[in-house]
Amino acid sequence: MSVEIHANNVVKKYGENVIIPNLNEHIKDGEFFTLLGPSGCGKTTFLRMIAGFNSIEAGSISFNNEVINDIPAHERNIGMVFQSYAIFPHMTVRENVEYGLKLRKIPKAEMKQRVDKILEVVQISQYQDRLPERLSGGQQQRVALARAIVIHPSVLLMDEPLSNLDAKLRVEMRSAIRQVQKHVGITTVYVTHDQEEALSISDRIAVMKEGQIQQTASPHTIYTRPYNVFVSTFIGHSNLFHATIRKHAEGTAVVFKDGFSLLMDNLNDEAADGMEVVVAIRPEEFALRSGTDGLHCKVSNKVFLGKYINYELQFEDSLILPNQPSLEFTQDSGHAEEILEVNQEIILQPRVSKINVFSADGSHSLMKGATRHEQ
Amino acid sequence: MSSSFHWDFWKSITLLSIIVFGLFLVYPLFSLFVSAFQDPDTQEWTFDHFTRFFTRKYYYRTIYNSFSVTTCVTILAIIIGTALAYFMSLYTIKFKAAVEICIVISLLSPPFIGAYSWILIAGRNGIVTKYLADLGINFPSIYGFAGILIVLTLKLYPFIYLYVSGAMKKIDCALIEAAESLGCSGIKKVVTVVIPLITPTILAGALMVFMNAMADFGTPMLIGEGFNVLPVMVYSEFISEVGDQANFAAAIAAIMVIITSTIFMIQKFIVERRSFTMSSLRPIPVTQLHGIKNVIMHACIYLVVLLSMIPQIVVIYTSFLNTNDSIFLPGFSLTSYRNMLDSLGGAITNTYVYSTLAMVAIIFLGMTIAYLTTRKKSWLTNIIDTLSMFPYIIPGSVLGITLLLAFNEGPLVLSGTAVIIIIAMVIRRLPYTLRSSSAILYQLSPSLEEASISLGASPLKTFFKITAIMMLPGVMSGAILSWITAINELSASIILYTGGTKTMSVAIYTEVIRARYGTAAALSTILTLSTVIVMMIFFKISGKRNVTL
Repeated sequence: MSVEIHANNVVKKYGENVIIPNLNEHIKDGEFFTLLGPSGCGKTTFLRMIAGFNSIEAGSISFNNEVINDIPAHERNIGMVFQSYAIFPHMTVRENVEYGLKLRKIPKAEMKQRVDKILEVVQISQYQDRLPERLSGGQQQRVALARAIVIHPSVLLMDEPLSNLDAKLRVEMRSAIRQVQKHVGITTVYVTHDQEEALSISDRIAVMKEGQIQQTASPHTIYTRPYNVFVSTFIGHSNLFHATIRKHAEGTAVVFKDGFSLLMDNLNDEAADGMEVVVAIRPEEFALRSGTDGLHCKVSNKVFLGKYINYELQFEDSLILPNQPSLEFTQDSGHAEEILEVNQEIILQPRVSKINVFSADGSHSLMKGATRHEQ
Repeated sequence: MSSSFHWDFWKSITLLSIIVFGLFLVYPLFSLFVSAFQDPDTQEWTFDHFTRFFTRKYYYRTIYNSFSVTTCVTILAIIIGTALAYFMSLYTIKFKAAVEICIVISLLSPPFIGAYSWILIAGRNGIVTKYLADLGINFPSIYGFAGILIVLTLKLYPFIYLYVSGAMKKIDCALIEAAESLGCSGIKKVVTVVIPLITPTILAGALMVFMNAMADFGTPMLIGEGFNVLPVMVYSEFISEVGDQANFAAAIAAIMVIITSTIFMIQKFIVERRSFTMSSLRPIPVTQLHGIKNVIMHACIYLVVLLSMIPQIVVIYTSFLNTNDSIFLPGFSLTSYRNMLDSLGGAITNTYVYSTLAMVAIIFLGMTIAYLTTRKKSWLTNIIDTLSMFPYIIPGSVLGITLLLAFNEGPLVLSGTAVIIIIAMVIRRLPYTLRSSSAILYQLSPSLEEASISLGASPLKTFFKITAIMMLPGVMSGAILSWITAINELSASIILYTGGTKTMSVAIYTEVIRARYGTAAALSTILTLSTVIVMMIFFKISGKRNVTL
């Protein structure tokens, strides 16, 4: 039986060191839910609290309204897949998968049928009598997945399961995991620091930083309408500009520090005249302009990446936020009419419907309909 | 429910290990120090024993003697062991496997067998001495400093060899190639790259040699004669009939413990400051030497190994000589073995029973304590971890005395029982198993245990179904070494034994003292044979041909 998970005011401390100050989240039944964040953000800590390997200092976690804080890990009926696979090296593939069923005293016939089926689903039937050390990383992870799912857990927890695999296998396993999860229909909490993995695999993503969830939303929303500057720069790349809100007869506009003004019709009510804001523009949200109206800059470097061309840009210092790793503009190779040269002076026009505007401290979005928590 | 039970299990293991170490290590050590400062008659506090030790040359010279012989042994062992390891790892050696097995055998055999057979060879009535005397040549005396030096060096250089050849395997070939590419070659390469890389390892091995040489009792007792060293002094003062000697012996023992722990701390301090880990992707390839160099190298290696095997060969040879109790008669016979079985069958049974019981206790304690100290870290388990290192620095004879002083009277009387000998074996040899178990636990990812728990096994069930099974190979190899060293244990048992609880090594010692060399040789042969057989099992289980102590 799959469950929904509620986390209410969850706190994690190691002595005086607060890892998770106060976390609230609702994970829906059958959902593929990803915790995404830089290392040390508390995502694995939270996952291990759900699993029962980390204690919960305050607040509660419940499965279908049953609080599980005090239920020991082995009675929570969870399936867990580890970064290191954690396949028992002294058992064959089949024995590994049977392990949890034997503990549950499942009758022989049923056990055989269930193991056969799951080995089929994860496509490792032909290796079932091998010892795990003779399997590749990808095959081992399939065993781990089968072993976790075969017990029909209430929830499947995955802790960076693909980070030890090479790039090609990672993409392959990604879709395998997604397929199996949908096939079984089990609530899944997935931890990763790889944003591409998170975007491609999840129903919803929770972006975490310093123990706090910055935004929970579908991959599309996370990318197109990030709730704050952290999310907009952590997921994908965003170029950040200083600007001021100006309200006049034609409507509301953001005015950049060089006077370039952009009319916006999708700001929310908080945007008031004279307000200082941060404008986040992704490299692909610029268009090359031949006139004079737009942001002036110089190409300082160029990298050809096949499908697209990436340019590094130089702006006036007053225009941009300090300490950005780079300012970038991306041209789609298939549509680029003019290939730019290093040191070329160019003018770029942001696409109004795509860009995001945040409060000056970067803490929240000023876009219409942007939410921190999307159901 | 089961969660509270697993907590209870580990709690009781914590309690058990505290009891074991507290009762049989801390408390006896404490009573040793107490009696070192006590007047035997009035029980008043006194410094007299220490004053007496440090004012009489007869006593304080033993410190100088111990240090001089131990230091010389350590230096010689470092030179021989390192050179041997260097050449054995880098060049093709004929019969390398046999050579390595011989080296390990000479390490694991009881030390006094070496002393005893060197007496048979070069002692006053030794084979070589007599032969040379017939030719009118006066052979220099083997007794005293020289004898101890020869016997202990030949017995202890394998420590350095095993440590260093382990380290040589971990030197990545790329490091050597990097040195060469920077224009460094030949002897300069060895001095600037290879030696510094293995220095921490040499120091670790040197500590083992130093501690063993310092604590060794059998060798100086048999071959030292007038050359008194600390363990012999402790023993003879303790055993002597004069009433007040126990306190004086305790004082000498306390001095020994202070010396060994100081050395231990210094070594630890040096090693920790300059330790690094090496892992080799590509070990240095073995090359073939040619011509005269190759001949000289082989000759040197075989000579060293032959010298260290001589005691075993002599002992086995002697055991088959025809004998009339104390005099060897012409021809060969099994008389010695018959005599041995008649009078000392009990000692053989005792040895196997005690060491096997000790091994069972060692396996259980080793596994559970290793788990406690690596996986359930707390201030309490840290204390247990520190305590478990103590036996390294307590010489066997000192441990024997401390146990005897502590359990001779009052609520728990164990002296004269088999239990006290088994306890001494467990305490002395537990560290080997503990270390190999912890090493394997550090390599086991905790995710394996978590995986089992997540699949529904309680933590306790997980320990027995997953953790213990995966620890077993490492634990077994440690336990086998513990067993081998336990059957060869002399310095604690010699103090703790009584007529009925005599072990083989004690029996060999007493037979040698009574000049019944035949039975002593027969017993030694049995002991060596047991060691070799069990070592073969060890190699089979661990799948490698070296040991780490």
